[in-house]
Amino acid sequence: MANVTWTPEGRAEMVAEMRDGRTLVAAAVSHAVPGICGACGSALACATCHVAVAEAWLAATGRPGPDEDAMLDMVEAGRPPNSRLRCQIRAHAALGGLLLHGPVSAP
Amino acid sequence: MTPGTMLSRTVVVGAGQAAVALIAKLRALDPDRRITLIGDEPVVPYQRPPLSKDYLKGELPADGLSLRPRDWFEGQGIELRLGRSAIAIDRAAKTLCLDDGAVVGYDHLALCLGSEPRRLPAAVGGSLAGVYVLRRRADADALRPALAGASRVLIVGGGYVGLEVAAVVSGAGRTVTVLEAAPRILHRVAAEPTSDYFRELHRRNGVRLLEGIGLVALSGQDRVARAILSDGSELPVDLVLVGIGTAPVVELAARAGLAVENGIAVDDRCRTSDPSIVAAGDCTSVPHAGGRIRLESVQNAIAQGETAASTLCGRESPYRPKPWFWSNQYDVRLQIAGLSTGYDATLVRPGKRPGSQSVWYFRRSSLIAVDAINEPATYMVGRKLIEADITPAEAHLTDPGFLLNSLIRW
Ligand SMILES: Cc1cc2nc3c(=O)[nH]c(=O)nc-3n(C[C@H](O)[C@H](O)[C@H](O)COP(=O)(O)OP(=O)(O)OC[C@H]3O[C@@H](n4cnc5c(N)ncnc54)[C@H](O)[C@@H]3O)c2cc1C
Ligand code: FES
Repeated sequence: MANVTWTPEGRAEMVAEMRDGRTLVAAAVSHAVPGICGACGSALACATCHVAVAEAWLAATGRPGPDEDAMLDMVEAGRPPNSRLRCQIRAHAALGGLLLHGPVSAP
Repeated sequence: MTPGTMLSRTVVVGAGQAAVALIAKLRALDPDRRITLIGDEPVVPYQRPPLSKDYLKGELPADGLSLRPRDWFEGQGIELRLGRSAIAIDRAAKTLCLDDGAVVGYDHLALCLGSEPRRLPAAVGGSLAGVYVLRRRADADALRPALAGASRVLIVGGGYVGLEVAAVVSGAGRTVTVLEAAPRILHRVAAEPTSDYFRELHRRNGVRLLEGIGLVALSGQDRVARAILSDGSELPVDLVLVGIGTAPVVELAARAGLAVENGIAVDDRCRTSDPSIVAAGDCTSVPHAGGRIRLESVQNAIAQGETAASTLCGRESPYRPKPWFWSNQYDVRLQIAGLSTGYDATLVRPGKRPGSQSVWYFRRSSLIAVDAINEPATYMVGRKLIEADITPAEAHLTDPGFLLNSLIRW
């Protein structure tokens, strides 16, 4: 179990509890975090779940896998190193306190 | 102001992918409007794609299918009436009649009715026990335990849903046969190289594919036991999944006199022929290349739902389809950008690793679609190129060393 804090664009921050093993998209959807749709249901087909992870959390969230990596390269110009697809990040205890900001872009 | 009398009331019928996108957008644009959602399934709106993938495998719990938690609807001030079917629209009175006798008034009506699987007629054994379709969660919940006890499975129809189910159920000592009446699997949705790829993939995994052979009838005493095929042969079967396409749900609209043309006819703002009624998702047909087309995908349901919401709020913005789709079979990820309908040429680009490739579709020398197989980067490039209306040169496409992303202007 981990508590994750979202700051949706232009809104008050929200804390969502994530069950271990669930993806950040699933958690956001089940807590109705605004602006996050995860259109393809974590199938790695839409990239609507794109997010910037705060630098301090990169170690805990881990590195993108090869397919995610390939998609991220094409999501935005000059991809920053902290770019991730939320649906590929799974909750575990070390993510407790994770801070995420609103959607970066919805391609 | 008395609540309920002055506020405009929007009634949304059909509680699926398009309806949820519509409601979320409508609420964001208009915090005050009364919204009622009526759906005939007893559960909160959910995603259908996993029904033939992770959910059928048993790798996703039922609550993982939901598009929104139940309390989201409450939080958004949406009146939810689930397990209720709308049976008639009175357009003059602006009322809707439900199957429990209730009459619901509307200022605006949104039809998000989805599509229904085509079934085999009872005359050819379509209503025998052991014959299934897959559209609803309840279908998947019935199919999964039945599969556990079936050793000879026949899948009628070699489209994406049928092939995905074949991938899930093959192995485990089962004989799985896919029957496709057309000359090749995926003939309606993909070009030959993609069909060839998936034919090989299924063969390698022990699935028997019979192409160019139709089903004459299913037979059996009280449950299905045999399939009689158009080549005269007979196949012993324990379970049959019928995946022969879908038909848009249009009766409600047709009986109310709305224009119906292979789906509820809408324009690029999702308006029907009645100015008070919009429609979105699988149940509609949209203008395309001088004619009409019916799109059945999550992407289309979401985009049309959002377009319909904007229209209802007087902020009309035309819907220009930017289609994308996906299919997972075994460990293969197929991602599709664009719409291949009406293609007149294709080209295969070799992939970067074994088992990966992409198929590029053109119409009148313009790029219209890409099937990317185990090639997520190519899929994303394809999406960007199609959106920007850029057609790469043939020499670049067939050269696996050429970096396609160099063609994109950021
Ligand atoms: C097994 C399967 C796999 C799929 N895989 C993919 C995929 O990988 N990628 C992809 O993009 N798409 C996929 N699709 C297609 C996608 O799920 C649909 O395009 C999408 O669900 C369409 O959304 P919709 O809102 O138009 O219709 P639906 O989600 O079908 O919702 C319509 C709802 O309206 C209800 N309804 C109908 N009439 C009435 C009435 N009179 N009163 C009340 N309620 C009514 C229906 O029961 C239904 O609940 C798949 C579909 C299936 C079945
Ligand atoms: S939810 Fe579609 S790629 Fe993450």
